Amino acid sequence: MKIFKGKALFIDRSDINTDEIIPAKYLTEITKKALKPYLLEDLDLQGFDPSCDVKDKGVIVTRDNFGCGSSREHAPWALEVNGINMVIASGFARIFRQNMFNCGMMAVKLSPDAIDHIFNTYGGLETFVDTDFDKMLFTFSSGGLKEEIPFTIDEFDQSLVKAGGWVEFADRVY
Amino acid sequence: MGKTIAEKIFDTHHVDNPSGDIHVISLDAVFCHEITTPIAITDLQTRGKNRVFDPDKIKVVIDHVSPAKDSKTAMQGKILREWAKKHGIKDFFDIGRNGVCHAIFPEKGFARPGYTIIMGDSHTCTHGAFGAFAAGVGTTDLEVGILKGVCAFKKPESIQVTISGRLQEGVYAKDVILALIGRIGVNGATDRVLEFSGPVVDAMTMDQRMTLCNMAVEAGATSGICPPDKVTLEYLWPFIQNQYPSKEEALKSFKAFAPDEDACYVDHIELNVSSLPPQVTYGYKPDQIKPVSEMSGEKIDQVYIGSCTNGRLEDLEIAASIIAGKKISDDVRAIVSPATPDIFSKAIDKGIIKAFMDAGFCVTNPTCGACLGMSNGVLAQGEVCAATTNRNFNGRMGKGGMVHLMSPATAAASALTGKITNSPLFKG
Ligand code: SF4
Repeated sequence: MKIFKGKALFIDRSDINTDEIIPAKYLTEITKKALKPYLLEDLDLQGFDPSCDVKDKGVIVTRDNFGCGSSREHAPWALEVNGINMVIASGFARIFRQNMFNCGMMAVKLSPDAIDHIFNTYGGLETFVDTDFDKMLFTFSSGGLKEEIPFTIDEFDQSLVKAGGWVEFADRVY
Repeated sequence: MGKTIAEKIFDTHHVDNPSGDIHVISLDAVFCHEITTPIAITDLQTRGKNRVFDPDKIKVVIDHVSPAKDSKTAMQGKILREWAKKHGIKDFFDIGRNGVCHAIFPEKGFARPGYTIIMGDSHTCTHGAFGAFAAGVGTTDLEVGILKGVCAFKKPESIQVTISGRLQEGVYAKDVILALIGRIGVNGATDRVLEFSGPVVDAMTMDQRMTLCNMAVEAGATSGICPPDKVTLEYLWPFIQNQYPSKEEALKSFKAFAPDEDACYVDHIELNVSSLPPQVTYGYKPDQIKPVSEMSGEKIDQVYIGSCTNGRLEDLEIAASIIAGKKISDDVRAIVSPATPDIFSKAIDKGIIKAFMDAGFCVTNPTCGACLGMSNGVLAQGEVCAATTNRNFNGRMGKGGMVHLMSPATAAASALTGKITNSPLFKG
């Protein structure tokens, strides 16, 4: 199983598309590693600088409909090679969400209220997120602040995360 | 209780229900192109699973960057070519016979009513125009599709979209789908199927239905679906005539995938298009829509007519009728890319290509090219393109470029003036 913890990268906008996560011109790469320098290169967001803000992060926290647009699995891969195995958002585009779990990564949906709360409390602060997969609990901490936030992912997605992805699972079962 | 089209297709393809609302279904076709498939192939090889479930159900095309523009894209083609050969995949369309995937596969009769289709491409929803459940997937899902002929989906709920009224002259399927996306938003149909119906859809040709379904994903939808009918039948008849004793019998079997009267939808959307004017996007999201009249006069640098949304024969015909005998503005460059060789050659026969060339258009071979900013018309920083494509994301056609999505008629009219302009066909 992959590691689902680390410093949070806050992206305070809905509808982040996969062209923003990894531009099409890099789709000619045939290794995942090659995508590493280009994560979020085209994300035009005030105060965000892809050349330094992505470094050392392990988790993305964002708003609604994350990963919309192109079906490219290069989007989860670009995250993965940068050490980001998990995105927490108030909603995901279908294909992106499925791609994450298919790769044994996590796309966790929280209520808009919970996401609001996280942005209001931790946005702009250096924040660490830890995950207890079995109890389905996140721990958010920053300075003196600390709290547990529960989440749910369904049984099938859990089994994909545990199996390390869908290829092995499907080839065995079907 | 009655069933939607998607529910009927899921019932006939059921394989497993591993948990909750997750359903594993069997696939009738797996479509492949050179951007997302080579990496799936190399991964399968690494896993020691270099197999395919059925070479006859796998259809392959090189379309996104064709001809190859550099060694990396050449390598993607090479991997795909060798793999297709090794596994005896007969339906492989290489340069010279290739076209944009969502235009060439339907043209070959590969999309049929009741089919389940996946592809590593988000606009796979286009094939729903034939009454198929067709969905874009990522590379891992594609790998499993290639290997086992199955895919897992949440059983999709459907939104019924009834399109009523009558389109004014100069207003097209592209304007309708832009208006719908503008209304429900880029997230308005996430995890759902948009099931289209109503008199306007019934009156649409297959080309128009494909435009409609093509952009379903721009509202987040898993697939767009039109009920299969006589129009579908006439289009597919050359491919299926040996399978049915008569057209009536074929139509009867298609109707098995018509939605039931008492089907259950999560939502109903009624769109009356009688007073709908031509539409255009103004921002970086496909739901940022305005009537063309409100954007008119906005300067453009490039016009692009093509793509899986609007690169078909009807699209070229409409655009050509507007530019015929005229010249494009000196301040603009214009590119037209017929979506398949068949469309290209018919357009030559009809004098359409000559009309474009005489007007000052660059005519390219069938390829995705500029649509995703890979080749054949990439924008420079700060440039603006009037395009018949489906995505206006920031950087889509080149870093720092702006794309305005519109119908071929509006794009053609805009090429003549160098500014966003309503087509003369629209009298409203
Ligand atoms: S034409 Fe554009 S949207 Fe269509 S398949 Fe090609 S790149 Fe994708």
